[in-house]
Amino acid sequence: MKLAPLDYKRPASLQEAIAILAAHDGAALPLAGGQSLIPILAFRLAAPTMLVDLRGVPGLDGIAIGPGGVRLGAMVRWRDIEDEKRLAAAWPLLPAVISHIAHYQIRNRGTVGGSLAHADPAAELPGLAVTCDATIEIVGRDGPREIPASALFVGALSTSLAAGDLIVGMRLPPWRDGRRWAFEEFALRRGDFAIVGVAAYYDLDDAGRVVDAHIGAIGVSEYPIRLTAAEQALNGSPIDDATIAAAARAACAMVEPQDDIHASAAYRRALVGTLTERALARASA
Amino acid sequence: MTAIMQLSFDVNGAPVVVEVQARTTLADCLRHTLGLTGTHLGCEHGICGACTVIVDDAAVRSCLMLAVQAEGTRVVTVEGLSGDDSLTPLQAAFRKHHALQCGFCTPGMITTLHALLTDEPFADADRIRDVLSGNICRCTGYIPIIEAALEARIAYQGKREDGRR
Repeated sequence: MKLAPLDYKRPASLQEAIAILAAHDGAALPLAGGQSLIPILAFRLAAPTMLVDLRGVPGLDGIAIGPGGVRLGAMVRWRDIEDEKRLAAAWPLLPAVISHIAHYQIRNRGTVGGSLAHADPAAELPGLAVTCDATIEIVGRDGPREIPASALFVGALSTSLAAGDLIVGMRLPPWRDGRRWAFEEFALRRGDFAIVGVAAYYDLDDAGRVVDAHIGAIGVSEYPIRLTAAEQALNGSPIDDATIAAAARAACAMVEPQDDIHASAAYRRALVGTLTERALARASA
Repeated sequence: MTAIMQLSFDVNGAPVVVEVQARTTLADCLRHTLGLTGTHLGCEHGICGACTVIVDDAAVRSCLMLAVQAEGTRVVTVEGLSGDDSLTPLQAAFRKHHALQCGFCTPGMITTLHALLTDEPFADADRIRDVLSGNICRCTGYIPIIEAALEARIAYQGKREDGRR
Protein backbone atom coordinates (compact mmCIF):
# COMPACT_ATOMS: atom_id res chain seq x y z
CA MET A 1 0.00 0.00 0.00
CA LYS A 2 3.02 2.27 -0.30
CA LEU A 3 3.98 3.79 -3.62
CA ALA A 4 6.91 2.34 -5.51
CA PRO A 5 9.95 4.60 -5.86
CA LEU A 6 9.62 7.24 -8.54
CA ASP A 7 10.93 10.62 -9.57
CA TYR A 8 9.04 13.87 -9.40
CA LYS A 9 9.17 17.10 -11.36
CA ARG A 10 7.14 20.26 -11.03
CA PRO A 11 7.49 22.12 -14.35
CA ALA A 12 6.73 25.83 -14.48
CA SER A 13 5.25 25.87 -17.99
CA LEU A 14 3.02 23.79 -20.24
CA GLN A 15 5.82 23.36 -22.78
CA GLU A 16 8.17 22.05 -20.11
CA ALA A 17 5.53 19.62 -18.81
CA ILE A 18 4.86 18.25 -22.28
CA ALA A 19 8.57 17.94 -23.03
CA ILE A 20 9.10 15.87 -19.87
CA LEU A 21 6.08 13.66 -20.59
CA ALA A 22 7.10 13.14 -24.21
CA ALA A 23 10.72 12.38 -23.33
CA HIS A 24 9.63 9.56 -21.03
CA ASP A 25 7.40 8.00 -23.70
CA GLY A 26 4.64 6.84 -21.38
CA ALA A 27 6.79 6.13 -18.32
CA ALA A 28 5.98 9.58 -16.90
CA LEU A 29 2.44 10.42 -15.82
CA PRO A 30 0.92 13.83 -15.19
CA LEU A 31 -0.19 14.46 -11.60
CA ALA A 32 -3.13 16.82 -11.11
CA GLY A 33 -5.12 16.38 -7.88
CA GLY A 34 -3.95 12.79 -7.54
CA GLN A 35 -7.27 11.54 -6.17
CA SER A 36 -7.42 8.67 -8.68
CA LEU A 37 -3.73 8.34 -9.56
CA ILE A 38 -2.33 8.03 -6.02
CA PRO A 39 -4.60 5.06 -5.09
CA ILE A 40 -3.56 3.37 -8.35
CA LEU A 41 0.08 3.89 -7.42
CA ALA A 42 -0.56 2.70 -3.86
CA PHE A 43 -2.07 -0.51 -5.27
CA ARG A 44 0.85 -0.64 -7.74
CA LEU A 45 -1.54 -0.99 -10.65
CA ALA A 46 0.62 1.45 -12.61
CA ALA A 47 4.38 1.81 -12.49
CA PRO A 48 5.44 5.23 -13.78
CA THR A 49 9.07 6.17 -13.17
CA MET A 50 8.21 9.87 -13.02
CA LEU A 51 5.32 12.06 -11.89
CA VAL A 52 4.94 15.44 -13.53
CA ASP A 53 3.08 17.66 -11.08
CA LEU A 54 0.95 20.21 -12.95
CA ARG A 55 0.56 22.43 -9.91
CA GLY A 56 3.12 24.94 -11.14
CA VAL A 57 1.81 25.12 -14.72
CA PRO A 58 0.00 28.44 -15.22
CA GLY A 59 -3.28 28.78 -17.11
CA LEU A 60 -4.84 25.40 -16.33
CA ASP A 61 -7.36 26.69 -13.81
CA GLY A 62 -10.41 28.86 -14.22
CA ILE A 63 -14.08 28.43 -15.07
CA ALA A 64 -15.23 30.63 -17.99
CA ILE A 65 -18.93 31.20 -18.58
CA GLY A 66 -19.99 32.95 -21.78
CA PRO A 67 -22.27 32.87 -24.82
CA GLY A 68 -20.16 30.04 -26.25
CA GLY A 69 -20.87 27.81 -23.26
CA VAL A 70 -18.73 26.87 -20.30
CA ARG A 71 -15.01 26.16 -20.29
CA LEU A 72 -13.39 24.30 -17.42
CA GLY A 73 -9.61 24.37 -17.08
CA ALA A 74 -8.02 20.98 -16.48
CA MET A 75 -6.95 21.86 -12.94
CA VAL A 76 -10.42 23.08 -11.89
CA ARG A 77 -11.41 21.13 -8.79
CA TRP A 78 -14.88 19.80 -7.93
CA ARG A 79 -14.85 22.30 -5.07
CA ASP A 80 -14.30 25.15 -7.53
CA ILE A 81 -17.35 24.07 -9.54
CA GLU A 82 -19.45 23.85 -6.35
CA ASP A 83 -18.31 27.35 -5.40
CA GLU A 84 -19.08 28.90 -8.83
CA LYS A 85 -22.68 29.77 -8.07
CA ARG A 86 -23.36 31.23 -11.55
CA LEU A 87 -23.34 27.72 -13.00
CA ALA A 88 -26.72 26.94 -11.42
CA ALA A 89 -28.28 29.24 -14.03
CA ALA A 90 -25.66 29.08 -16.78
CA TRP A 91 -25.23 25.29 -17.07
CA PRO A 92 -27.38 23.69 -14.33
CA LEU A 93 -26.69 20.07 -15.29
CA LEU A 94 -22.97 20.54 -14.50
CA PRO A 95 -23.22 21.33 -10.75
CA ALA A 96 -25.99 18.73 -10.42
CA VAL A 97 -23.68 16.03 -11.77
CA ILE A 98 -20.63 17.28 -9.85
CA SER A 99 -22.52 17.06 -6.54
CA HIS A 100 -22.42 13.27 -6.85
CA ILE A 101 -18.64 13.04 -7.21
CA ALA A 102 -16.79 11.44 -4.33
CA HIS A 103 -16.59 12.73 -0.77
CA TYR A 104 -15.89 16.11 0.82
CA GLN A 105 -12.12 15.76 1.16
CA ILE A 106 -11.68 14.36 -2.35
CA ARG A 107 -13.79 17.16 -3.84
CA ASN A 108 -11.22 19.58 -2.41
CA ARG A 109 -8.48 18.10 -4.62
CA GLY A 110 -9.97 16.08 -7.49
CA THR A 111 -9.82 17.80 -10.89
CA VAL A 112 -11.61 17.95 -14.22
CA GLY A 113 -8.55 16.93 -16.22
CA GLY A 114 -7.64 14.15 -13.83
CA SER A 115 -11.10 12.59 -14.02
CA LEU A 116 -11.17 12.77 -17.82
CA ALA A 117 -7.70 11.25 -18.16
CA HIS A 118 -8.43 8.54 -15.58
CA ALA A 119 -11.52 7.47 -17.58
CA ASP A 120 -13.26 5.40 -14.95
CA PRO A 121 -16.34 3.72 -16.47
CA ALA A 122 -18.48 4.87 -13.52
CA ALA A 123 -17.12 8.42 -13.22
CA GLU A 124 -19.60 11.26 -13.54
CA LEU A 125 -17.62 13.88 -15.48
CA PRO A 126 -16.71 11.61 -18.41
CA GLY A 127 -20.41 10.69 -18.58
CA LEU A 128 -21.45 14.32 -18.66
CA ALA A 129 -18.81 15.08 -21.30
CA VAL A 130 -19.98 12.30 -23.63
CA THR A 131 -23.68 12.96 -23.07
CA CYS A 132 -23.40 16.70 -23.68
CA ASP A 133 -21.06 16.84 -26.71
CA ALA A 134 -18.17 18.31 -24.74
CA THR A 135 -14.95 19.22 -26.51
CA ILE A 136 -11.67 18.14 -24.95
CA GLU A 137 -8.74 20.51 -25.38
CA ILE A 138 -5.39 18.74 -25.60
CA VAL A 139 -1.85 20.01 -26.01
CA GLY A 140 0.71 17.50 -27.22
CA ARG A 141 4.08 17.29 -28.88
CA ASP A 142 2.63 18.71 -32.10
CA GLY A 143 0.78 21.55 -30.43
CA PRO A 144 -2.85 22.04 -29.43
CA ARG A 145 -5.79 20.07 -30.80
CA GLU A 146 -9.41 19.40 -29.91
CA ILE A 147 -11.41 16.19 -29.95
CA PRO A 148 -15.01 15.38 -29.08
CA ALA A 149 -15.33 13.69 -25.69
CA SER A 150 -16.67 10.59 -27.43
CA ALA A 151 -13.26 10.19 -29.08
CA LEU A 152 -11.35 10.38 -25.79
CA PHE A 153 -12.65 7.23 -24.12
CA VAL A 154 -11.61 3.95 -25.70
CA GLY A 155 -11.88 1.46 -22.82
CA ALA A 156 -12.03 1.11 -19.07
CA LEU A 157 -9.37 3.45 -17.60
CA SER A 158 -8.15 3.92 -21.14
CA THR A 159 -8.07 6.98 -23.41
CA SER A 160 -6.85 7.89 -26.87
CA LEU A 161 -4.22 10.23 -25.38
CA ALA A 162 -0.66 9.60 -26.55
CA ALA A 163 2.52 9.99 -24.48
CA GLY A 164 3.15 13.69 -24.18
CA ASP A 165 -0.53 14.62 -24.54
CA LEU A 166 -2.00 16.71 -21.79
CA ILE A 167 -5.66 17.61 -21.32
CA VAL A 168 -5.74 21.36 -20.72
CA GLY A 169 -9.48 21.99 -20.62
CA MET A 170 -13.00 20.93 -21.50
CA ARG A 171 -15.72 22.97 -23.18
CA LEU A 172 -19.46 22.47 -22.89
CA PRO A 173 -21.59 23.94 -25.72
CA PRO A 174 -24.09 26.76 -25.12
CA TRP A 175 -27.00 25.99 -22.83
CA ARG A 176 -30.37 26.90 -24.33
CA ASP A 177 -32.98 28.80 -22.36
CA GLY A 178 -35.84 26.61 -21.26
CA ARG A 179 -33.86 23.40 -21.58
CA ARG A 180 -35.14 20.49 -19.47
CA TRP A 181 -32.53 18.37 -17.69
CA ALA A 182 -31.84 15.91 -14.89
CA PHE A 183 -29.16 13.60 -13.54
CA GLU A 184 -30.00 10.41 -11.66
CA GLU A 185 -27.47 8.11 -10.07
CA PHE A 186 -27.64 4.99 -7.95
CA ALA A 187 -24.75 4.33 -5.54
CA LEU A 188 -24.68 2.44 -2.26
CA ARG A 189 -23.66 5.58 -0.37
CA ARG A 190 -23.72 9.15 -1.61
CA GLY A 191 -20.24 9.92 -2.87
CA ASP A 192 -19.39 6.32 -3.69
CA PHE A 193 -18.86 5.25 -7.26
CA ALA A 194 -22.07 5.02 -9.22
CA ILE A 195 -23.42 1.60 -10.03
CA VAL A 196 -25.33 3.31 -12.84
CA GLY A 197 -25.95 6.98 -13.61
CA VAL A 198 -28.07 8.62 -16.31
CA ALA A 199 -27.78 12.23 -17.50
CA ALA A 200 -30.44 13.70 -19.76
CA TYR A 201 -31.46 16.96 -21.35
CA TYR A 202 -33.78 18.01 -24.14
CA ASP A 203 -35.37 21.10 -25.63
CA LEU A 204 -39.00 21.63 -26.64
CA ASP A 205 -40.18 23.11 -29.94
CA ASP A 206 -43.11 25.53 -30.26
CA ALA A 207 -45.54 22.63 -30.46
CA GLY A 208 -44.21 21.11 -27.25
CA ARG A 209 -42.35 18.28 -28.96
CA VAL A 210 -38.91 17.10 -27.84
CA VAL A 211 -35.97 18.18 -29.94
CA ASP A 212 -32.25 17.50 -29.53
CA ALA A 213 -32.58 14.91 -26.75
CA HIS A 214 -29.26 13.95 -25.18
CA ILE A 215 -29.24 10.98 -22.83
CA GLY A 216 -26.14 9.14 -21.63
CA ALA A 217 -25.19 6.52 -19.07
CA ILE A 218 -22.21 5.62 -16.88
CA GLY A 219 -21.54 2.27 -15.27
CA VAL A 220 -22.97 0.13 -18.07
CA SER A 221 -20.02 -0.13 -20.40
CA GLU A 222 -16.24 0.21 -20.46
CA TYR A 223 -16.76 3.92 -21.04
CA PRO A 224 -19.68 6.35 -20.98
CA ILE A 225 -22.21 5.91 -23.78
CA ARG A 226 -25.07 7.85 -25.35
CA LEU A 227 -28.41 6.08 -25.06
CA THR A 228 -29.22 6.84 -28.67
CA ALA A 229 -32.27 4.56 -28.83
CA ALA A 230 -33.82 6.43 -25.92
CA GLU A 231 -33.01 9.76 -27.59
CA GLN A 232 -34.77 8.58 -30.78
CA ALA A 233 -37.79 7.52 -28.74
CA LEU A 234 -38.05 11.07 -27.41
CA ASN A 235 -37.22 13.26 -30.40
CA GLY A 236 -40.33 14.53 -32.17
CA SER A 237 -42.74 13.37 -29.48
CA PRO A 238 -44.56 15.30 -26.81
CA ILE A 239 -43.17 14.45 -23.37
CA ASP A 240 -45.68 12.33 -21.50
CA ASP A 241 -45.71 9.14 -19.46
CA ALA A 242 -45.96 6.95 -22.56
CA THR A 243 -42.99 8.63 -24.26
CA ILE A 244 -40.90 8.42 -21.10
CA ALA A 245 -41.75 4.73 -20.69
CA ALA A 246 -40.83 4.05 -24.31
CA ALA A 247 -37.51 5.84 -23.90
CA ALA A 248 -36.75 3.86 -20.73
CA ARG A 249 -37.51 0.57 -22.52
CA ALA A 250 -35.30 1.59 -25.42
CA ALA A 251 -32.47 2.49 -23.01
CA CYS A 252 -32.69 -0.93 -21.31
CA ALA A 253 -32.72 -2.74 -24.61
CA MET A 254 -29.61 -1.09 -26.03
CA VAL A 255 -27.13 -1.49 -23.15
CA GLU A 256 -24.92 -4.54 -22.69
CA PRO A 257 -23.56 -4.32 -19.15
CA GLN A 258 -21.27 -6.93 -17.59
CA ASP A 259 -21.50 -8.73 -14.26
CA ASP A 260 -19.02 -7.56 -11.65
CA ILE A 261 -18.67 -7.70 -7.87
CA HIS A 262 -20.85 -4.61 -7.41
CA ALA A 263 -23.87 -5.64 -9.46
CA SER A 264 -25.08 -8.20 -11.97
CA ALA A 265 -25.57 -7.32 -15.62
CA ALA A 266 -29.33 -7.78 -15.24
CA TYR A 267 -29.42 -5.40 -12.29
CA ARG A 268 -27.46 -2.75 -14.15
CA ARG A 269 -29.75 -3.11 -17.15
CA ALA A 270 -32.81 -2.66 -14.95
CA LEU A 271 -31.20 0.38 -13.32
CA VAL A 272 -30.67 2.01 -16.71
CA GLY A 273 -34.39 1.81 -17.34
CA THR A 274 -35.37 3.01 -13.89
CA LEU A 275 -32.91 5.90 -13.88
CA THR A 276 -33.80 6.96 -17.43
CA GLU A 277 -37.45 7.05 -16.43
CA ARG A 278 -36.69 8.99 -13.24
CA ALA A 279 -34.42 11.45 -15.05
CA LEU A 280 -37.01 12.18 -17.74
CA ALA A 281 -39.82 12.45 -15.20
CA ARG A 282 -37.79 14.91 -13.17
CA ALA A 283 -36.72 16.85 -16.27
CA SER A 284 -40.30 17.22 -17.44
CA ALA A 285 -41.80 18.04 -14.05
CA MET B 1 14.54 7.06 -8.54
CA THR B 2 14.95 7.21 -4.78
CA ALA B 3 16.34 10.72 -4.75
CA ILE B 4 15.70 12.55 -1.52
CA MET B 5 13.86 15.81 -1.96
CA GLN B 6 14.00 18.71 0.42
CA LEU B 7 10.80 20.64 0.91
CA SER B 8 9.40 23.26 3.22
CA PHE B 9 5.89 23.97 4.41
CA ASP B 10 4.05 25.09 7.53
CA VAL B 11 2.78 22.52 10.01
CA ASN B 12 0.48 23.71 12.76
CA GLY B 13 1.70 27.26 12.38
CA ALA B 14 5.42 26.57 12.38
CA PRO B 15 7.68 26.28 9.32
CA VAL B 16 9.30 22.88 8.78
CA VAL B 17 11.93 21.65 6.36
CA VAL B 18 11.93 17.92 5.66
CA GLU B 19 13.80 15.52 3.42
CA VAL B 20 11.61 12.79 1.92
CA GLN B 21 11.43 10.54 -1.09
CA ALA B 22 9.11 11.70 -3.85
CA ARG B 23 6.89 8.68 -3.21
CA THR B 24 6.30 9.58 0.45
CA THR B 25 2.71 10.50 1.17
CA LEU B 26 1.93 13.54 3.28
CA ALA B 27 0.49 11.15 5.88
CA ASP B 28 3.75 9.21 6.19
CA CYS B 29 5.76 12.43 6.24
CA LEU B 30 3.65 13.79 9.10
CA ARG B 31 3.78 10.57 11.08
CA HIS B 32 7.27 9.24 10.42
CA THR B 33 9.35 12.29 9.59
CA LEU B 34 7.67 14.81 11.88
CA GLY B 35 6.41 12.44 14.58
CA LEU B 36 2.88 13.77 14.40
CA THR B 37 1.11 10.48 14.99
CA GLY B 38 -2.25 12.08 15.72
CA THR B 39 -2.98 11.66 12.01
CA HIS B 40 -4.12 8.07 11.64
CA LEU B 41 -3.73 5.89 8.58
CA GLY B 42 -6.52 3.42 7.97
CA CYS B 43 -6.93 2.28 4.39
CA GLU B 44 -4.08 4.14 2.64
CA HIS B 45 -6.14 4.52 -0.53
CA GLY B 46 -8.61 7.28 0.12
CA ILE B 47 -11.64 5.40 1.42
CA CYS B 48 -11.74 5.74 5.20
CA GLY B 49 -11.01 9.42 5.94
CA ALA B 50 -8.98 8.72 9.10
CA CYS B 51 -5.92 10.56 7.73
CA THR B 52 -7.78 13.81 6.96
CA VAL B 53 -5.69 16.94 7.55
CA ILE B 54 -6.31 20.55 6.58
CA VAL B 55 -4.16 21.94 3.76
CA ASP B 56 -4.58 25.64 2.95
CA ASP B 57 -7.91 25.65 4.85
CA ALA B 58 -9.35 22.65 2.96
CA ALA B 59 -9.86 19.16 4.40
CA VAL B 60 -7.90 16.64 2.36
CA ARG B 61 -6.84 13.03 2.64
CA SER B 62 -3.17 12.96 3.53
CA CYS B 63 -2.80 9.44 2.10
CA LEU B 64 -3.88 10.78 -1.31
CA MET B 65 -1.35 13.57 -1.35
CA LEU B 66 2.39 13.32 -1.73
CA ALA B 67 4.49 15.26 0.73
CA VAL B 68 6.13 17.04 -2.22
CA GLN B 69 2.68 18.37 -3.16
CA ALA B 70 2.53 20.12 0.20
CA GLU B 71 5.56 22.32 -0.62
CA GLY B 72 4.66 25.90 0.28
CA THR B 73 1.29 25.07 1.87
CA ARG B 74 -0.09 25.46 5.36
CA VAL B 75 -0.89 22.08 6.91
CA VAL B 76 -2.94 21.70 10.09
CA THR B 77 -3.21 18.33 11.82
CA VAL B 78 -5.34 17.33 14.78
CA GLU B 79 -2.43 18.32 17.04
CA GLY B 80 -2.67 21.88 15.76
CA LEU B 81 -6.31 22.61 16.50
CA SER B 82 -5.90 23.53 20.15
CA GLY B 83 -3.23 26.05 21.08
CA ASP B 84 -2.67 24.48 24.50
CA ASP B 85 -3.62 21.40 26.50
CA SER B 86 -7.31 22.26 26.62
CA LEU B 87 -9.92 20.78 24.29
CA THR B 88 -11.37 22.84 21.45
CA PRO B 89 -15.15 23.33 21.60
CA LEU B 90 -15.51 20.62 18.94
CA GLN B 91 -13.32 18.21 20.90
CA ALA B 92 -15.21 19.02 24.11
CA ALA B 93 -18.49 18.30 22.34
CA PHE B 94 -17.14 14.93 21.18
CA ARG B 95 -16.28 14.11 24.78
CA LYS B 96 -19.64 15.26 26.12
CA HIS B 97 -21.63 13.28 23.52
CA HIS B 98 -19.44 10.15 23.72
CA ALA B 99 -18.67 10.57 20.03
CA LEU B 100 -15.76 8.16 20.14
CA GLN B 101 -15.02 4.69 21.44
CA CYS B 102 -11.78 3.30 20.04
CA GLY B 103 -10.79 6.72 18.74
CA PHE B 104 -9.09 5.56 15.57
CA CYS B 105 -11.30 7.58 13.23
CA THR B 106 -11.55 10.55 15.60
CA PRO B 107 -8.64 12.69 14.30
CA GLY B 108 -10.14 12.50 10.81
CA MET B 109 -13.61 13.27 12.11
CA ILE B 110 -12.33 16.28 14.07
CA THR B 111 -10.23 17.74 11.24
CA THR B 112 -13.03 17.22 8.70
CA LEU B 113 -15.65 18.83 10.93
CA HIS B 114 -13.31 21.68 11.88
CA ALA B 115 -12.79 22.52 8.20
CA LEU B 116 -16.51 22.18 7.48
CA LEU B 117 -17.71 24.29 10.40
CA THR B 118 -15.09 26.96 9.75
CA ASP B 119 -16.47 27.27 6.20
CA GLU B 120 -20.09 26.55 6.97
CA PRO B 121 -20.83 27.26 10.64
CA PHE B 122 -24.58 26.90 10.04
CA ALA B 123 -24.31 23.46 8.39
CA ASP B 124 -27.40 21.40 9.23
CA ALA B 125 -27.53 17.74 10.20
CA ASP B 126 -28.07 16.66 6.57
CA ARG B 127 -25.02 18.57 5.41
CA ILE B 128 -22.93 17.16 8.26
CA ARG B 129 -24.10 13.63 7.39
CA ASP B 130 -23.26 14.19 3.73
CA VAL B 131 -19.75 15.40 4.57
CA LEU B 132 -19.11 12.59 7.08
CA SER B 133 -20.04 9.99 4.46
CA GLY B 134 -16.33 10.20 3.62
CA ASN B 135 -15.23 9.27 7.15
CA ILE B 136 -15.74 5.70 8.27
CA CYS B 137 -16.44 4.90 11.93
CA ARG B 138 -16.91 1.23 12.74
CA CYS B 139 -17.69 1.34 16.46
CA THR B 140 -19.32 4.49 17.81
CA GLY B 141 -21.90 4.98 15.12
CA TYR B 142 -22.56 8.37 13.68
CA ILE B 143 -25.43 9.67 15.81
CA PRO B 144 -23.30 10.98 18.72
CA ILE B 145 -20.74 12.35 16.24
CA ILE B 146 -23.45 14.35 14.48
CA GLU B 147 -24.87 15.51 17.82
CA ALA B 148 -21.41 16.71 18.84
CA ALA B 149 -20.92 18.56 15.55
CA LEU B 150 -24.30 20.25 15.81
CA GLU B 151 -23.56 21.42 19.33
CA ALA B 152 -20.07 22.68 18.41
CA ARG B 153 -21.42 24.91 15.61
CA ILE B 154 -22.07 27.79 18.00
CA ALA B 155 -18.34 28.16 18.61
CA TYR B 156 -17.79 28.78 14.89
CA GLN B 157 -20.77 31.04 14.26
CA GLY B 158 -19.26 34.28 15.50
CA LYS B 159 -16.81 34.29 12.62
CA ARG B 160 -19.27 34.13 9.72
CA GLU B 161 -22.76 35.51 9.57
CA ASP B 162 -24.08 34.00 6.36
CA GLY B 163 -22.96 30.44 6.93
CA ARG B 164 -21.59 30.17 3.40
CA ARG B 165 -18.01 29.85 2.39
